Amino acid sequence: MPLQLQHEGYSEEKLGLLAEKITCRETQASTLLALLGEPDHYTYPSIFIYGHHASGKSHVTECIMKELELPHVTVSCVECVSAGLLFEQVVMGLYGSEATALLPRSSSILDFVRVYKQLSSQEPSYQTRYIILDRAQLLRDMEANLLPGFLRLQELVDDNVTVIFLSEIVWDKFRPSTGCFEPVVLHFPDYNKGELHQILTLDSHPSYSPELYSSFINIMLGVFYSVCRDLRELRHLAALNFSKFCEPLERGEVKETDTHKLWKNIEPHLKKAMQTVYLREVSSVQWEEQQQKEEKEAGALKGLSAYAHVELPYYSKFLLIAAYLASYNPARTDRRFFLKHHGKLKKTNFMKKHEKTSNHLLGPKPFPLDRLLAIFYSVVDNRVAPTASVFSQISSLVTLQLLTQVGHDDQLDAPKYKCAVSLDFIQAIARTLSFDIVRYLYDFL
Amino acid sequence: MSKRKSRETHMLLGECLSQAQKILRRRFCHQDVPAMPAGLDSQHKHLLELLRRTAVHGESNSVLIVGPRGSGKTMLLSYVLRELLEEKDVNKNVLQVHLNGLLQTDDRIALKEITRQLNLENVVGDKVFGSFAENLAFLLEALKKGNRSSSRPVFFILDEFDLFAHHKNQTLLYNLLDVSQSAQAPVAVVGLTCRLDVLELLEKRVKSRFSHRQIHLLSALTFRQYLEVVCTQLSLPSDFPDSRFSEEWNNSVRKLTEDKSVEDVLQKHFNISKDFRSLHVLLLLALSRVTTSSPAIQPTDLVEARRLCAADYKANILHGLSILELCLIIAMKHLNEIYEGEPFNFQMVYNEFKKFISRKSRSIHNFEKPVVMKAFEHLQQLELVKPMEASTTKIQREYQLMKLLLDHSQIMESLQRYPQCPTDVKQWAASAFA
Repeated sequence: MPLQLQHEGYSEEKLGLLAEKITCRETQASTLLALLGEPDHYTYPSIFIYGHHASGKSHVTECIMKELELPHVTVSCVECVSAGLLFEQVVMGLYGSEATALLPRSSSILDFVRVYKQLSSQEPSYQTRYIILDRAQLLRDMEANLLPGFLRLQELVDDNVTVIFLSEIVWDKFRPSTGCFEPVVLHFPDYNKGELHQILTLDSHPSYSPELYSSFINIMLGVFYSVCRDLRELRHLAALNFSKFCEPLERGEVKETDTHKLWKNIEPHLKKAMQTVYLREVSSVQWEEQQQKEEKEAGALKGLSAYAHVELPYYSKFLLIAAYLASYNPARTDRRFFLKHHGKLKKTNFMKKHEKTSNHLLGPKPFPLDRLLAIFYSVVDNRVAPTASVFSQISSLVTLQLLTQVGHDDQLDAPKYKCAVSLDFIQAIARTLSFDIVRYLYDFL
Repeated sequence: MSKRKSRETHMLLGECLSQAQKILRRRFCHQDVPAMPAGLDSQHKHLLELLRRTAVHGESNSVLIVGPRGSGKTMLLSYVLRELLEEKDVNKNVLQVHLNGLLQTDDRIALKEITRQLNLENVVGDKVFGSFAENLAFLLEALKKGNRSSSRPVFFILDEFDLFAHHKNQTLLYNLLDVSQSAQAPVAVVGLTCRLDVLELLEKRVKSRFSHRQIHLLSALTFRQYLEVVCTQLSLPSDFPDSRFSEEWNNSVRKLTEDKSVEDVLQKHFNISKDFRSLHVLLLLALSRVTTSSPAIQPTDLVEARRLCAADYKANILHGLSILELCLIIAMKHLNEIYEGEPFNFQMVYNEFKKFISRKSRSIHNFEKPVVMKAFEHLQQLELVKPMEASTTKIQREYQLMKLLLDHSQIMESLQRYPQCPTDVKQWAASAFA
């Protein structure tokens, strides 16, 4: 039973319509509504709303503004690459498109405040105007006086205006060093499992009973809830996988009441979905296609990361292998690995690992070009002349971002490199050359 | 008959409440200038006397009003100005120029704004003509031509004064203070700032022209006085249309401030900060809970408002994380404890997490590495972990060094509040060397 919204300033009819649109956010909506007050009252100059991705922040504010017909403008800060665009959108939203002619090109906040003052004195409103800034975390990257300016906009323009900030990031990370006008901070908590279930069952399929859909959602939450609580993502996954869930019903093998069989049918499928669709390895179109072609096993389709292997020339492969070995092996072990007659090395001394962790944990180390070439000559069996093409292959590996150059101080004289490929990748390359790379890696000895 | 009567009084009650809300909201949100600022008598006298000397006798002055955010600098100034302008000979005589450091970000803009606000001859409509040098020369000439007896005094009010000190060469400040030092048109330069070290920001030549008169608004309120302020802030003025309602309201407010739980709440708030603005937020949140069904502020309203104000933001964000993300945070916490605050990368966190899965956990099944990576990136997006260096393209994602922006106790506390947290995860978090 939804909570009834109550407010003196608005008719019950409108509030009823509003309450219908908002699911599971009644307490937040009523707090916000109470804070906004009646339309002609003053509201606090700035309100900061934070909460996780898809917790209904924009939906609730937008619904309140639309249903109660308050003068407002919503601007997404992602779209506004400069402050001038932001001001233009605000003025256009509040006063119509003709008003933007008053703003000069690439306007500063002073121009905005001046134009706003002028416009608000021309057509005074008895209602509070609202400026809603979505994804407000991007405001921090713009000019330094923008955020403090918006926080005290009411005082600067001397009009009944309120700025609402919506963000995923907490208010502590917004505060400038010299302080600012503190907003009222409201929190939209995450949906719990029950609420997620309730919202997801709202869009049930018309040709099946709602109970069936609700049991499907239950199964899906069982698989995905520990990884993902994002409503949008879950809804997307539900829409993609429901047809698969219904397949046994359509074939007439299972009745609707036989939940256990349905669960058995869908569960491995959902687990596969987590590794493919959830990671965007396989696009949703591909996923749907694949579901229709039943003979193919789900996941047999190659994902995006399966295309990661590249065709390289013979010596480039060896160069890359040499770079990998140079990056992940300590230099003092080179004698042991790559020299044929390395004399006597104390085995205990060699095996003593004083590094607390392996290099595969800490990441690649930089190495000089000489060491790369030395290892290269020792892993390549036949004789290779150090021609220009070998060196140009090194620099082309850098442009392919398989190697990175460290420290740009010197291009020619003893440059240093790092290897930027993963172990799987290098193993795949070594396999094509039938070269056993693991035998040469210090970490796996 | 009686039914109709009751409805009539109900309607009236609604209207009264609406009126009361309107007045109080204006006070809290719009920073209405009150009848008399509380606890600032000597400062008020000082400033009033100073500005009056400029306005009446043509003396040039400069003064800085210094105080923390929300301590009532703007309120004091606007109260003094209002009081001053009520005097008849001052009203016609004085010109005011308001500048704000947030808006006038450099001297050129500030100068244009001054000429615009003074309505000088080179202003047509609201456009100002001429270059910076011309404008400055023009303005200085206009100010120089005047003298003590004949020209009208000008008040320059510089809000966010410390930002003006960041302008190039501090030309504007230099010229304004220079005018105030020499026998030209009478000006009063009033700066408002929240930085106590503002004089250190000024150049030597600017500093020497400043009169070094500072008015500090450092709140010396005791808790008793604070309670008084709460009482006066919440009570309705005497010219409220319905006298019976305002009397009832004021009585209920007085009763409210005597309540024990309310006193507790206010004491806590007082211990955190004495500024009026955070008090206004608290009172506004309490006020917004007043409806026709409960037509006065109850102690529970204030307690609830305090709860909203004092919430820990990061704990709230932690509450909404998924189990996997929480596990990653615990792994990071362990890494921080073992290696004493050294930065870590994803690979190390993943290793730690895998150790936990293989050894201990029965409730969490094994996740693929890309799934864990996605969770890790979500944490980064929420700015709970931060990369040590900004360069992102050079290093592989797994090996980028990160640090955790959460406290040990914060993690433990939010773990306690986490809904349906598996027991083995809790045990893992508690034992560092698991």
